[in-house]
Amino acid sequence: MPSRSYALWLPNWRLETVRTNPAGKMSVSRGYSQPMVLPAMPQPRILMCPPDHYGIEYEINPWMNRSLGAVRELAFRQWKNLRDALVSLGVQVETLTPQPGLPDLVFTANAGLVFHSTFLSSRFRHEVRARESPYFEAWFAEHGFTVEHLPENMYHEGAGDALFCGDTLFAGYRTRSDATAHQWVGQQLGVRVLPLELVNPRFYHLDTCFCPLAAGEALFYPDAFDAYGQRVVQTHVPKLIAVNEAEAFRFGCNAVVVGKTVVHNSRCPEMAASLAAAGYRSIEVELDEFLKAGGSAKCLTLRLDGEEAAGWKYTTAAA
Amino acid sequence: MSAPFVEQVEMSGHIVDSLLLPKVLDAILSRGGRYHIVTFQIGERQDDTSYARIEVRAETAEQLEAILAEIHPHGAVAIHPADCTTVPADMDGAFPDGFYCTTNFRTQVRLKGEWIEVEDQEMDCGILVDAEGTSARCIPMVAVKTGDRIVVGRQGTRVLPPEAELRKHELFEFMASPVSSERPKAVSVREIAHAMKRTRAAGEKVLAVLGPAVVHTGGSELVAKLVRDGFINVLFAGNALATHDIEQAFYGTSLGVSLDKGLPTDEGHEHHLRTINTIRRLGSIRRAVEIGKLTSGIMYECVRKEIPMVLAGSIRDDGPLPEVITNTLEAQDAMRRLIPGVGFCLMVATTLHSVAVGNLLPAWVKVACIDINPATVTKLMDRGSTQTVGIVSDAEPFLRSLVAELEAGNSSN
Repeated sequence: MPSRSYALWLPNWRLETVRTNPAGKMSVSRGYSQPMVLPAMPQPRILMCPPDHYGIEYEINPWMNRSLGAVRELAFRQWKNLRDALVSLGVQVETLTPQPGLPDLVFTANAGLVFHSTFLSSRFRHEVRARESPYFEAWFAEHGFTVEHLPENMYHEGAGDALFCGDTLFAGYRTRSDATAHQWVGQQLGVRVLPLELVNPRFYHLDTCFCPLAAGEALFYPDAFDAYGQRVVQTHVPKLIAVNEAEAFRFGCNAVVVGKTVVHNSRCPEMAASLAAAGYRSIEVELDEFLKAGGSAKCLTLRLDGEEAAGWKYTTAAA
Repeated sequence: MSAPFVEQVEMSGHIVDSLLLPKVLDAILSRGGRYHIVTFQIGERQDDTSYARIEVRAETAEQLEAILAEIHPHGAVAIHPADCTTVPADMDGAFPDGFYCTTNFRTQVRLKGEWIEVEDQEMDCGILVDAEGTSARCIPMVAVKTGDRIVVGRQGTRVLPPEAELRKHELFEFMASPVSSERPKAVSVREIAHAMKRTRAAGEKVLAVLGPAVVHTGGSELVAKLVRDGFINVLFAGNALATHDIEQAFYGTSLGVSLDKGLPTDEGHEHHLRTINTIRRLGSIRRAVEIGKLTSGIMYECVRKEIPMVLAGSIRDDGPLPEVITNTLEAQDAMRRLIPGVGFCLMVATTLHSVAVGNLLPAWVKVACIDINPATVTKLMDRGSTQTVGIVSDAEPFLRSLVAELEAGNSSN
């Protein structure tokens, strides 16, 4: 196969150059790491919360073990590395003030679901996390979002369990969020929602095993889903990158996508290679102190202007 | 398999694309339950939602509970309406306003959080809840007593879909349209014979509702044989059938016409009146049998075999015979008492009695209606007895075929 180079129009209107080498393998030209934006998209904004009070103080998922507490300084260093990586990608990182007694406030992804200027606040399954909600809600209200709530008898853990891929909201249920809550959200937002049962307790949130990269394209770990869920993902996401077991357990899927760059936990070489082949640049940031609590890059962030793969943000831009 | 434990669940949202609906249905089946989709509205565009109401059935309460627990996380939520509402009757012989009006389909009411089967299911009645609030039954208007707890409104009531009822009974699938004169009769007769045998084998009763044309056309002996052979276990008829049957036994005529020669006999028009008079002088049909006066025919066989029967009177009756119940409400009640345990009903050559009995039968008792006039079957169905299938035929030829079919079946068994 001869070498070729061609331009790709991506859903977020960024022009990238993808090359194929003689072996047919694709790579993205590093020369285009600063994306050319047509038309100009707003600067990506992400909410993070410094790990001042982070620690393993309770056990609400199979990863947590209080006897193996996190090393706070190391956690702080890892968190800063993640933040710096995002800032280097042009992200405006907003900071939530940490609160004593709320160790998981660092996992801002679970705060709620952002849709245009609406913030749908989570209803946490566990009381220890439900106490975070007032702080998240106050921040969003102060920053111009309309704060909405789910009915009281439902559980929904925000962007941890509900991820847009194109116009469809993919939604994880069973361990933390309810299928009925997802259906309610779909109805409220007027979008198609596809609830997927999470069958492995280690992958208790959808963002631990599924990561939309762009409309119609995602990373996923098949064994986190049952046969129905796998079939739904395969039917509705035409370009899927399957992540192997070892890297899925490193929370490779719990990645942050900024443009054509994917920021994820360290030691996921096969996934990084697959991403490169699909035209993505991967940046590894070691986040093992957070893996002890069942979180990684994605859990530590909440995209405020809509994920790259979220179809609705482009309709906003067009409008 | 009756699967008596039932609960309805509903699912809404994107239940098709997400495969949640097939997943729930698979889960019901894999746990040994059954389902019936009561309502299904499917979205037309990608962002439209769908809705399904599913009836889940199980063999035991525990099995049902396990199924409901399994499907609940997938968004299949049990519909929990409130208990039914009852109002004490404020007068005898009438329901309170807003009373729940029954159908002939299997009905349940919710009492203290539990679904209770309504007993004595009958159309055009009300539902009476007992004083303890633990059981319910259909009650006709005239039987209401002041203070009776009568169900009002539709809340906490449910009618099990007739489709589900039909699936439970495999009788009569062969009949696509319920009545037609242009149908091969032999097939229909064979199916009716088969149904009668199955009813008998299941320990249920076959009820015959007969009009006088059975006798006029010469079918008396055939019915007598069915009674003798145990294929008719309950008999509803009027004064005329009994009169002409006994007339035949006494005089060999029916309404004065010789059943051997097919010609009117001299003074034959008096035979039926003399017959009635004879029986009235003896006191009862039973007495006529006991003293050896009546020695053949349908009435004779019924008395001999202790077949319970109701002879209901009408305004044009001669006599009537002593057994005839002339008060229609009493006759209705007498019929009602004999209906429990009936599994199959054969209606031959009578319009009024057929409609009357059709009103009393629950929808799961299958009915075969044989009449020379297709309108009789249509009338029956128009009054709600949709479980009816009909054969357009004169009485005697049908009965002859039926007896032959039953005998053929017996010899091959």
